[in-house]
Amino acid sequence: MSSDSTPVPAPAAPPVPHAPRPKSTGLHKGEAVPGVAKVDPIIIADGVRRTFGGLTAVDVDHVEIPRNAITALIGPNGAGKTTLFNLLTGFDKPDAGSWSFDGKSLSGVPAYKVARMGQVRTFQLTKALGLLTVLENMKLGAKGQSGEHFFQGLIPGIWRKQEKSIEAKAHDLLRKFKLDAKQADFAASLSGGQRKLLEMARALMSDPVLVMLDEPMAGVNPALTQSLLDHILDLKDEGMTVLFVEHDMHMVRHIADWVIVMAEGKVVAEGPPLEVMQNPAVIDAYLGAHQEIDLGEITGRYHAEEKN
Amino acid sequence: MDWGQILSNSASFIIAPATIAYALAAVGLSVQFGYAGLLNMGIAGFMALGAYGYAISSITFGLPWYLCIVVAIAASVVYALILGIPTLRLRGDYLAIVTIAGAEVLRLLFLTSSFDQYTGSADGLTGYQGSFRDSNPFPRGSYGFGPWTMNENQAWVTVIGLVLLAIAVTIVFLLMRSPWGRVLKGIREDEDAVRALGKNVFAFKMQALVLGGIFGALGGVIYALPSSVNPGSYVTSLTFFVYTALLLGGAATIFGPVLGSVVFWVLQTFLGNVLPALAGIGILPVSSSQASTLRFILVGVALMLIVIFRPQGILGNKKELTFVK
Amino acid sequence: MSSPGLISTRPRTMRLLAIFGFALAAIAFFSTAPAAHADEVGLEDNPFRVSGNVQFNGDPLEDVKLTVEGGGYKAEVETDAEGQWRVGVPEKAEYKVTLDESTLPDGVAVVEGSNEQTVEVGPGGRVTTNFFIGKGERNVTPFIDQLVERLVSGLNFGLMLGLAAVGLSLVFGTTGLSNFAHAEMVTFGAVIAWFFSAALGLPLWLGITLALVLSGVFGFLMDAGIWRPLRKRGLGTVQLMIVSIGLSLALRYVFQFFIGGGTRQLPGSNSPEIQLFGSVSLTVIDLVSMGISIVVIAALAFFLLFTRIGKATRAISDNPSLAAASGINVDRVVRIVWILATALAGLAGVLYAYYRPGLKWDMGAQILLLVFAAVTLGGLGTAFGALVGAIIVGILVEISSLWIPADLKYVGALVVLILILLFRPQGILGRRERIG
Repeated sequence: MSSDSTPVPAPAAPPVPHAPRPKSTGLHKGEAVPGVAKVDPIIIADGVRRTFGGLTAVDVDHVEIPRNAITALIGPNGAGKTTLFNLLTGFDKPDAGSWSFDGKSLSGVPAYKVARMGQVRTFQLTKALGLLTVLENMKLGAKGQSGEHFFQGLIPGIWRKQEKSIEAKAHDLLRKFKLDAKQADFAASLSGGQRKLLEMARALMSDPVLVMLDEPMAGVNPALTQSLLDHILDLKDEGMTVLFVEHDMHMVRHIADWVIVMAEGKVVAEGPPLEVMQNPAVIDAYLGAHQEIDLGEITGRYHAEEKN
Repeated sequence: MDWGQILSNSASFIIAPATIAYALAAVGLSVQFGYAGLLNMGIAGFMALGAYGYAISSITFGLPWYLCIVVAIAASVVYALILGIPTLRLRGDYLAIVTIAGAEVLRLLFLTSSFDQYTGSADGLTGYQGSFRDSNPFPRGSYGFGPWTMNENQAWVTVIGLVLLAIAVTIVFLLMRSPWGRVLKGIREDEDAVRALGKNVFAFKMQALVLGGIFGALGGVIYALPSSVNPGSYVTSLTFFVYTALLLGGAATIFGPVLGSVVFWVLQTFLGNVLPALAGIGILPVSSSQASTLRFILVGVALMLIVIFRPQGILGNKKELTFVK
Repeated sequence: MSSPGLISTRPRTMRLLAIFGFALAAIAFFSTAPAAHADEVGLEDNPFRVSGNVQFNGDPLEDVKLTVEGGGYKAEVETDAEGQWRVGVPEKAEYKVTLDESTLPDGVAVVEGSNEQTVEVGPGGRVTTNFFIGKGERNVTPFIDQLVERLVSGLNFGLMLGLAAVGLSLVFGTTGLSNFAHAEMVTFGAVIAWFFSAALGLPLWLGITLALVLSGVFGFLMDAGIWRPLRKRGLGTVQLMIVSIGLSLALRYVFQFFIGGGTRQLPGSNSPEIQLFGSVSLTVIDLVSMGISIVVIAALAFFLLFTRIGKATRAISDNPSLAAASGINVDRVVRIVWILATALAGLAGVLYAYYRPGLKWDMGAQILLLVFAAVTLGGLGTAFGALVGAIIVGILVEISSLWIPADLKYVGALVVLILILLFRPQGILGRRERIG
């Protein structure tokens, strides 16, 4: 997207069908440069580097993710976004660096413990557990289940009560995500978009503090897009922090409170979405060179908003 | 050709110790492979540990039969831990290579003449049934009816085997309805997704490997109890035969492993009797040893056809294809 | 094998059956007369047993006479092709086992202990005793000579394993299949060579050539009849692997069906020895075998590195979808890989039949794990890694027998395999980021 071909959207809230929600502002201290300190950071990463053979996939000097805000992680393909995601969630080990979540160091903490601390992620390629039913998928998401211990699992009396309350919670979430009609189906029978919804709903079963979404919109048909966006905005209203990777610039602009731009493994810019997108370095590194930012226009999403 | 005898022989295998032994091992494999997606290619190793663990405890250390079973279980737990710790964090095919190699290592260790005084090397072990038979509550005599007529010792082995099998099936039944089983099935589908939900995937896989290994060892005990331990039994083919029985019945089902073992052994016995008989009266133009080889060729072909055309097995749900991707 | 109804309605089944038909037809005329052995005496009549092995440098000695005597009981027995013998005895008591040294091959004698051993049948009811035979004139071989001999022997074994391992690795790399039936390709080569050169009496070179050609044809037919249709059907790698296990079992017993359970020799397996230095000697066959392996491996390296198809093969191993997208005909390359892999396995089988010595229906299965170990050691799916892995495994197996009993020499290699997976799971030449 180049600034002369598409009008820059007005900062004022556009008249869209759904009620606009205010963006969080004042998240950072001082000038919005790469690595700027945040007023209330939930994740702080220092010197995180990961190389594959000769290729440096991630080399982040310093980055902070603001609490109770929606932060977008953008950058061209191969910028290291997903690798950074994997490192922050313990799915991959960096060559060097330290990072913390909620003030607790996460270096060397395995992925499942990271998740238990309240930092739950989804995947770029959806990982719905195909041969489990939708309801089983949801129940799997709940934390601290006594029936998941080997010996306690043998005696239904121990876990049946907890199972009931987990099931009730799962029903609530499924209703909210409009998957309640599908609860008895195998997850493999869901459409791509429904699987994304299921994955997000499943992540919410654990009452996370920070939800990390890797390309939540990829492969989602436009009819479901709006509901997904609303769900993400709801997370913030409910007090959670959201960090997501996304290629769809319209979505980023629409819901993100803060944007971090990566290129070649480094953080090259960050700031509120509208400012970042006018940053010439960003346009150079990403927006100018790649056409996927026009995806929104092609699919017609937020057309009203754009033209307003 | 004596059809009555052939059918009676075949029918006797519905509850023969060998069938029960396969069923126990297959139940173990269903936990590991069917539910957790762990490619244990060395169930024969667990069975060998069970058989030798029992026999050596009895002959060399003179333990009573129930303690021999405890030793067999303990050996399989230790072995599962040794195999699991390095490999369960790696990609699935590494577990397959390590389990199959581990089973071979065990077999060669039991076979070598270096430990002859404990293992009997190539001859295996006999004469360890004393304590077990002494505790037999059945008085001397004949039990059962028709094809299932057995003496008091056979009856005692069969009863203990069936009790162990019932316990194993009950445990699997309870576990697979529990949240524990749900996590296990989730791991089979995609372990990263389960990890992202805060489950300690490694611990669950290890528990599945150990539990399945214990059932495999118990299968080995029952396999050995009627007569002798022979190192030639615990070759990789045994693993493949148990897989055939498991896949025949349905890998991710509760009763599939049992049904599969029964079908496997009844058919094996039937073919093992019929084919040489047919060769004997000149219907099959082969020698009788060739005729008995034919049934193993058929096992191989059957395994291929099951996996290709009915991977969910007899009892499995068509939608619920139970194969790791 | 299957009902006619299945055949008419299932073209895939028919193709599968066609493959088995081929396997049956190719070796249809083998004689099946079992060799008569008096290696088991009195086992039916007596409850207990004495048994043992007679070996020369770890190789079995056949037709050696032994006498078992004690408590008024006496039995004579001869060793079988594995050097084994078994005698049933009536009581749990002491027995004297005497080896008749005049039945040993010329120039060798019992080196450890005497030719008389006393054994006691203990509580297990069975006892085993082994005679270790050495060169009659010399009891001690200098360690360095032994080491060199084992090294050379290991290199020979490793190169032979390498021929099989490269094929397995190429198939794995291009199709993702862990092919357990590769073992049977090894046996197939040896069996075919034996059939033409020993059973039919054709010249050896022709027999071996035919073995290689037919192995390649077998590979082609398997790809066309089984693996390509299954790939198109979308079977997962685990499913494919289990299909290959079924195929392996079926073929293995097809071999047993035709050649029986015994060991058979290829022509010229008793070749003269060549003195190298000290007490180190090699047979002519060892030398020829190593020469052939090296030439074939060099040719293979040239093929993979410099020809178009070879480069395409490596490209597919690297990234199948990318290779397909850049215009490589994946099916064609895979077909060539199959032909190549099975022909190499067939050659390995012929060489292994000389190395063992002798061919047997399950000979391939005996080394399958070592081949898998070699492939894993080198890094799954890398052809040259498999070769390096094979040589390491081969040498390890032979060298380890200097310190551990010969019947445990495979254990050493397999334990090393497990340890390597522990510390460097990607193998020696594999790339790190490929594994979880």
